[in-house]
Amino acid sequence: MSGITTRDTPRGFSFQEYMTCLTGIVWREGLRFLHQRERFVSALVRPLVWLFIFAAGFRQVLGISIIPPYETYILYEVFIAPGLMAMIQLFNGMQSSLSMVYDREMGNMRTLLVSPLPRGYLLFCKLLAGTAVSLLQVYAFLLIAWFWDITPPLSGYLTVLPALILSGLMLGSLGMLISSGIKQLENFAGVMNFVIFPMFFASSALYPLWRVQEGSPYLYYLCEANPFTHAVELIRFALYGQINWVSLAVVATCTIVFMIGAIYAYDPSRGLARRGLAGGEG
Amino acid sequence: MTSPAPIAEQRETPRPGPAAAPALSIDSVSHAYGPRRALMDVSFNVQPASFTALLGLNGAGKSTLFSLITRLFGIQSGRVGIFGHDISKNPGEALRLLGVVFQPRTLDLDLSLTQNLLYHAALHGISRREAAARSAELLGRIGLTERAGSKVRDLSGGQMRRLEIARALLHRPRLLLLDEPTVGLDVKARADIISHVRQLVSEQGIGVLWATHLFDEILPGDDLVVLHQGKVLAQGPMSRVVAEAGAQDVNTAFMRLTGAQTLPGGGI
Repeated sequence: MSGITTRDTPRGFSFQEYMTCLTGIVWREGLRFLHQRERFVSALVRPLVWLFIFAAGFRQVLGISIIPPYETYILYEVFIAPGLMAMIQLFNGMQSSLSMVYDREMGNMRTLLVSPLPRGYLLFCKLLAGTAVSLLQVYAFLLIAWFWDITPPLSGYLTVLPALILSGLMLGSLGMLISSGIKQLENFAGVMNFVIFPMFFASSALYPLWRVQEGSPYLYYLCEANPFTHAVELIRFALYGQINWVSLAVVATCTIVFMIGAIYAYDPSRGLARRGLAGGEG
Repeated sequence: MTSPAPIAEQRETPRPGPAAAPALSIDSVSHAYGPRRALMDVSFNVQPASFTALLGLNGAGKSTLFSLITRLFGIQSGRVGIFGHDISKNPGEALRLLGVVFQPRTLDLDLSLTQNLLYHAALHGISRREAAARSAELLGRIGLTERAGSKVRDLSGGQMRRLEIARALLHRPRLLLLDEPTVGLDVKARADIISHVRQLVSEQGIGVLWATHLFDEILPGDDLVVLHQGKVLAQGPMSRVVAEAGAQDVNTAFMRLTGAQTLPGGGI
């Protein structure tokens, strides 16, 4: 067959085409989110239950000393607010991964992947779209929390934004990486048990790590090694206009590693389709 | 090698692009899932402005082949070219010229018809204004203008298929793949879709690869590729394939070639 030429150089895509694609993907993700009102409600109720019930009950048990970035004694509710913001993003990241598995089973994923734009870029857009949705959820939570006396400085609402974008990308790409390994929708319960709960509880979301260290040094090291801890700390500091450099470095590195992993896993010559459609490829 | 005409000019030039490259060329493609071999040394071409039927039983390898052409799987051996662009080396150019209708429905059921089309257009980098104009035009052509704002969920099976075909044409591809597009449709919807696609071939010069297991969807003037257990058993104009098999019709020819039992009513 002589049809295939040896000199076949890509024409590439213009900046405008890239932007159109990005806005299209974010727009669709937003539309889908608005259509799933239950998802929004449950995304909001979950952290509020922690805030209204768990924190109220727990504040008498756990004394919080003055630790950075806080400058005064704080209520337990104030302490766990950043942890709950990160939790929203954790759930959202895993839920987007769930929807990718669903899309794959239902075939919607194919629509995305036959776009002529580079596949890595498409997945990146998908991650940004998921992160944008998580931002909506987090700010809605912050609004309600404000009435519950969680009142960070007003500028904190702005300075926390870049931290939220980065942590959203990290948790989203982790979800995407995990989704590439999930064969079926039902396995999401496993993700809950083996990813969401351990990450959330073995972190600084609910208790300061020095407290953990007193109880169990090993658990402390585990918490320190947990990227979710650093997402929480990054958000916590940013909410008060400060930068936690260690957490920033950890979150940024993990984001890059997870993202490369996810893009690699969705490469046509490896993961995704072969596993998803052929089944039992192992 | 001259490259195909720019996409924007396609509709104004119903004639196919340069004759040098076939719309689709499959060149010694083999594929295996672990030890199971799904395709063995498959080669054939689809010419521009032609209707090529890919005929095979379920499990013959049609879906694997589609997944390779659309780059859902990586190519293990052999080459796939779309208007001369190698799908592995230059997927961007190749996919720009390709429109696909997959066998499973791939529409967003909760979004409106227009929203589905706009999303697809965005994935191809088509600006919003241009996309809106093209969507309106294509919805008109498939007779769904009045439904533009309703949810896809409320459409009938045949309407969804028509919408999927419209969507596959949004970026004005010059090769259209359809994987058993009439499965599950009633007689009228089937006939509508077949005539629509044939019109695209004759009026717009689009090359079509139509995977099916239904004999009555193939006409004597079509090109035919018979795929069986991962191998191409016969290919060429349908009349020639039938004659070479020493048969009177496609049904018998297919039976002779594959040794398969056919069911009354023209299906396999």
